[in-house]
Amino acid sequence: MSYALEIKGLKKTYDNGFEALKGIDLAVEEGDFFALLGPNGAGKSTTIGVLCSLVNKTAGQVHVMGYDIDTDFSMAKRRVGVVPQEFNFNQFEKTQNILINTAGYHGIPRAEALPRIEHYLKRLGLWEKKDNPSRALSGGMKRRLLIARALIHQPDLLILDEPTAGVDIELRRGMWDFLKEINDQGTTIILTTHYLEEAEALCRNVSIINNGEIIANSSTRDLLATLNTVTFVCDLADPLTEVPIIEGYECLLASPQTLEVEVDQGQSLNAVFSALSSRNVSVTSMRTKTNRLEELFVTMTSGSNG
Amino acid sequence: MSQLANYEQTAKNFGNPNWVAYKTIVRTEIRRFARIWVQTLIPPAITMMLYFIIFGTLIGRRIGDMGGFDYMAYIVPGLIMMSVVTNSYTNVSSSFFGAKFGRFVEEMLVAPISNQTILLGYVTGGVARALLVAIIVTLVSLFFTRLLIHDIFAVISITILTSVLFSLLGFINGVYATRFDDISIIPTFVLTPLTYLGGVFFSIDLLPEFWASVAQLNPILYVVNAFRFGILGISDVSLVYAYGILISVTILSYLVALHLLSKGAGVRS
Repeated sequence: MSYALEIKGLKKTYDNGFEALKGIDLAVEEGDFFALLGPNGAGKSTTIGVLCSLVNKTAGQVHVMGYDIDTDFSMAKRRVGVVPQEFNFNQFEKTQNILINTAGYHGIPRAEALPRIEHYLKRLGLWEKKDNPSRALSGGMKRRLLIARALIHQPDLLILDEPTAGVDIELRRGMWDFLKEINDQGTTIILTTHYLEEAEALCRNVSIINNGEIIANSSTRDLLATLNTVTFVCDLADPLTEVPIIEGYECLLASPQTLEVEVDQGQSLNAVFSALSSRNVSVTSMRTKTNRLEELFVTMTSGSNG
Repeated sequence: MSQLANYEQTAKNFGNPNWVAYKTIVRTEIRRFARIWVQTLIPPAITMMLYFIIFGTLIGRRIGDMGGFDYMAYIVPGLIMMSVVTNSYTNVSSSFFGAKFGRFVEEMLVAPISNQTILLGYVTGGVARALLVAIIVTLVSLFFTRLLIHDIFAVISITILTSVLFSLLGFINGVYATRFDDISIIPTFVLTPLTYLGGVFFSIDLLPEFWASVAQLNPILYVVNAFRFGILGISDVSLVYAYGILISVTILSYLVALHLLSKGAGVRS
């Protein structure tokens, strides 16, 4: 099995003594769509910083597409594209020039870069803005510019740190489609996000990092299977005055027309519907109270956060 | 075609990325100072014109000759070097600090290019601005005096060496700077006094013996006098000694700047 990213015993201790990473091990297969999740300050951005040479590691080994980032740093860097959390481009440069410069830093001459730039700017809806200074772009456009910049050298591994933060829903869905498309074409993607439904919808494998340690690492499906209880919210056609009692299920009336039902792993929803039907309670719609991955995430990280 | 195949093709086509990256950094740097030409190219011309009018024309008449030349001709080489020193230094310190402050220095740090490429790119940008300003100031000086070149090799080599040295020093300043104030402290409190005391306006032969010895610790004295030799053929210091000091300090500064960049000082956590 070949890995796009292989991390062994990665440690990072900052000058002030803060241990951001406590010896993490992580492997991401080639072609994977992988989520790295964790609360603020868990070590996600430090890990990404090490991968793209913005943070000096204290110990451990990192291989990108088989290249050691210490001994083959040039080859390793050629294979990685990074979409950072912050807008770290020159706000005074024109949109197109930012991409020309990035291509140049990767050794791609201007003449070769221009068709690529046209392709990505058109694909990401920025072509009309190519001559605008980047500071004049909207927040969503700046996010897309970061993605175009990360792809300009056609990396094998794309790392996205909160790529859809502050992006409206329509645009977010468009970015999901784009990311799925490039993943289907063979690019391995590592995603960190606070929108856990994003990770659940896109990623095949998930790692959860907390306090500088990996506390979960498996496929999204297997991880969700460990979730013991899911709370469903049922919108009712008519208001209720008291909580219906359904044997084996915890119910709560959040409002006269909103019923919350806790369903344990292995329990069926059919029994809930049968019980409600027998009491002439009509359900017009239903959803999970929180995203399933979010529930799991909160459960796993809350204990160790004290 | 898979992404991997695309990548392999890219790597095969373009090989070592450093040369293209170097040209990219230089082009970006030149475009930067050219875009803000009102701040970068006009002020030195106006400042030097004022120096020529006040020190050269008005006060210079009362001073008379210095080193066998009229005072205006005597101060022109020093003023040109003063522009070279200031502009090479501030170009690199402000540009690199700006890249750090705006975090777009990260575009270079994540790219597969060597630290030497980054350093040389910035230094070349500083040299380009210094040379352009030197040409502008020289043209302005022609309105006030007649310039003859005594030694073209000295003129060119000292200009380039000086701009390289002060670009490197500006880079080191940019690495350590954490606030905008930090990039103006050295030019204001160190470079300007050293320049004024570095023989731009007078020969150190005029100083008492003690102060003449102290003045020899000032590196700008060697820069100004070596350049003055190139223009007028006179110098207060030995040319060999001036080249020796300039080359040694430049090499040392290059190694320090490269070391700082390699260990990620100011740019990597």
